[in-house]
Amino acid sequence: MSFSVTEPTNRIKWVAGILVVGYALVTIAPLLWIVATGFKSGPDSIAYPPKVLFEPTLEGYVNLFTDRTRATQDMLDAAGAPRNWYEQIARDQGTVITGASRYGERFLNSVIIGFGSTALCMILGTAAAYAFSRFRVPLKDDLLFFILSTRMMPPIAVAIPIFLMFRNLGLNDTHLGMILLYTAVNLSLSVWLLKGFIDEIPVEYEEAALIDGYTRFQAFYKVVLPQAATGIASTAIFCLIFAWNEYAFAVLLTSGTAQTAPPFIPTIIGTSGKDWPAVAAGATIFLVPVMVFTILLRKHLLRGITFGAVRK
Amino acid sequence: MAEVTLTGLTKTFGANVALNDVTMTIPDGSFVVLLGPTGAGKTTTLRMVSGLDSPDGGRVTIGGRDMAGLAPAQRNVAMVFQQYSLYPHLTVRQNLEFPLKSPILRTPKAEIDRKVGQVAEVLQISHKLDNKATALSGGEMQRVSIGRALVRDPSVYLMDEPLSSLDAKLRADLRVELKSIQADSGATLLYVTHDQIEAMTMATHVGVLDKGKLVQFGPPREIYEAPVSIYAASRLGQPRINVLPADVFGGAPAGASSIGLRPEQIVQGEGEESRVQRVERLGDQTRLHLAFKSHDIVTVTDAHTPLKSGDIVRIRPDKPFYFDASGARLA
Repeated sequence: MSFSVTEPTNRIKWVAGILVVGYALVTIAPLLWIVATGFKSGPDSIAYPPKVLFEPTLEGYVNLFTDRTRATQDMLDAAGAPRNWYEQIARDQGTVITGASRYGERFLNSVIIGFGSTALCMILGTAAAYAFSRFRVPLKDDLLFFILSTRMMPPIAVAIPIFLMFRNLGLNDTHLGMILLYTAVNLSLSVWLLKGFIDEIPVEYEEAALIDGYTRFQAFYKVVLPQAATGIASTAIFCLIFAWNEYAFAVLLTSGTAQTAPPFIPTIIGTSGKDWPAVAAGATIFLVPVMVFTILLRKHLLRGITFGAVRK
Repeated sequence: MAEVTLTGLTKTFGANVALNDVTMTIPDGSFVVLLGPTGAGKTTTLRMVSGLDSPDGGRVTIGGRDMAGLAPAQRNVAMVFQQYSLYPHLTVRQNLEFPLKSPILRTPKAEIDRKVGQVAEVLQISHKLDNKATALSGGEMQRVSIGRALVRDPSVYLMDEPLSSLDAKLRADLRVELKSIQADSGATLLYVTHDQIEAMTMATHVGVLDKGKLVQFGPPREIYEAPVSIYAASRLGQPRINVLPADVFGGAPAGASSIGLRPEQIVQGEGEESRVQRVERLGDQTRLHLAFKSHDIVTVTDAHTPLKSGDIVRIRPDKPFYFDASGARLA
C-alpha cells in the first residue's frame, strides 16, 4: 500500500472543506438554536413552524434573573411607572418584578465549585503524578490501578453511600462538599493523564537543575511545571468540563446554598409557565465560562491531546 | 577547584553491581577521563560524585570535605549531560543564567551578564543568546550546555560524553576548546567517554573501568604502553590490539596464554608468513587485514603500500605484551 504525500488537489480540498463545514453546522446548530431562543419572545420560542428570523428581545434574560408576579391593576398603581428597561420588559409581559431570581447565585456556585474542584484536582493530581512518575513508590502499579479502578464504576452507583456520608459529615449542600466530591471523581483522570505528561519530561532536566544549585522542589517548580503546562492545561479542561456539567450529584446533594446551575436551570420551566427563552438564556450564559476557559487554553489543549504522538 | 577522592565506592542496582569498590584520586587541576564500555560504571561514578545518586558503600570527598548526605546543590559541582541538557522552555541566555541565579549562588545581575557574555563568546554562541533553546542545532545545544557548566566556578566539572552526539568536525573543534579551557583555568574535570581520541588528547589521567571495577588508573600513555590486562589494552589503540594464543610465534614466557600485538609491535618484512586478506586505505594510513595461522590480525602499513589481497607478508612480534589465562599482563 502506498501513501500519497503530494498536496491534495483543489477539488479534494473543496470536498473536504464542504464536509467539514457541513459537519460543523450540524453539530453547532442545536447550540445556535439555544442561543437564538434566549433572545426570542415567549410566543416566538414555541411558534410553529419554528421561526429562524425573529425580533430579538431580552425577555428571556430578564425573566432568568428576576422573580415576577402577574400584575394586577392595584400593583401597577402602587408600583408607578417602570424605572428602567428591565422593569419595562416585565411590564410588557403583564408582570411586575418582585425581586432577583436565584440564577445569579446558582451560577456563582457553579463557578466556585467547578473552578475550585479543578484547581484542587490539579494541585493534588500534579503532586501525585509527579511522585508516581519520579519516585520509587511501594506497590506503585497496584496503587495506580486502584486509582484508575475508581473510574471504572459510574460515580452515581455510589450515590446513596455518598449521600449518607455527606449527611453525617454535614457536607450536604455545601460548597466544600461538592468541591471535594468532584475532585475525588476527577482525581483518577488527572493523576493518569498528568503522569503520562510528566513521564514524557526527561528526568535529566531536573537533575541538571539539582546540579545547577536548586532543591528538588525548586527544580519541580522551575523546570518540570513549565514543561508540564500543556498537560496541566488540557487535564484542567477535562476536569472543569466534568465538574461544570455534572447534574446527578448536584440534584442529589444540593438544594439551596450550594446548588449549581445545572439542577437549577430546569426549575425555571415551572416558575411561570413554560418559559423557554429564560431556560435558553440560562443555558447560554452557562456555556460561556467553559468556552472562554477552553479558548484561553486551546493552544495547550491541541498540543496536549497529541502529546507523546510526536517526538519533539 | 579541588581534589576529588573516591574511596571504596560501591553501588548496586538490584542484582546488578554498577560500582565495585572503586578507589581513585582525581588531583586538583587534572583532566581525568573514565573509559569503558556501556555498563562499566562510568556514568554511575559521575552520579556518585554529583550527588544525584548515593553510594551503597564508600566515600566521596571534594576538596577534603566528605560529601555523604550532601545534595547536589551543596556540592558545588557542574555537570554536562550527554543529551536533554537544555531547559527547553527557556532561551539560551536564560539557560546560561540558570545556575548563576540559583538560591545558592544568587549572583548579582551585572556579574551574570559579564559571565554569560564571556562564556557565550568562548563558545561562539553570542548571536544565539536570545533564541529559544529548542531552536538551536544539536551542536549549538551541546555548546550551550557546556556553557552552562562553564559560567560557574565549581569544585569539579563532570562531563558525561558531552561530545558524543556531535558531528566529527564539531567534536574535533570542541575537543580542542575544552582542553584549552581546562588548561587555562586549571579546572578539575572528570570526563566520561567512549572515544579514545578524546581520552588520549585531553586526559592527564585515564581510569579504565570494567564491570564496576577500576582496573587501571594513570596517564593515557601509560595505559597505552603498559596496560595491566587485555581489557585495559583494548580500551585504547586504533585499530585495536590483536590478541592471539601465546604460542603462535614461539618464545612465549612461562605462564603466558595470549600475546597482544598493537600495530607498532608487529614488524613487517621479517619472520613468519601471513597472507593479506584485505587492504583498507584510510588516506593517512592503510590497514592490513592478515590471515596468520588461522588467526586474524589487523595492522597498519604505509599509506601508499603496493600490497593487495592475496599477497604474502612476513611478520614478527616486537616487544609484545603477554597475558596470562585470566587476561592479566605478565610483567
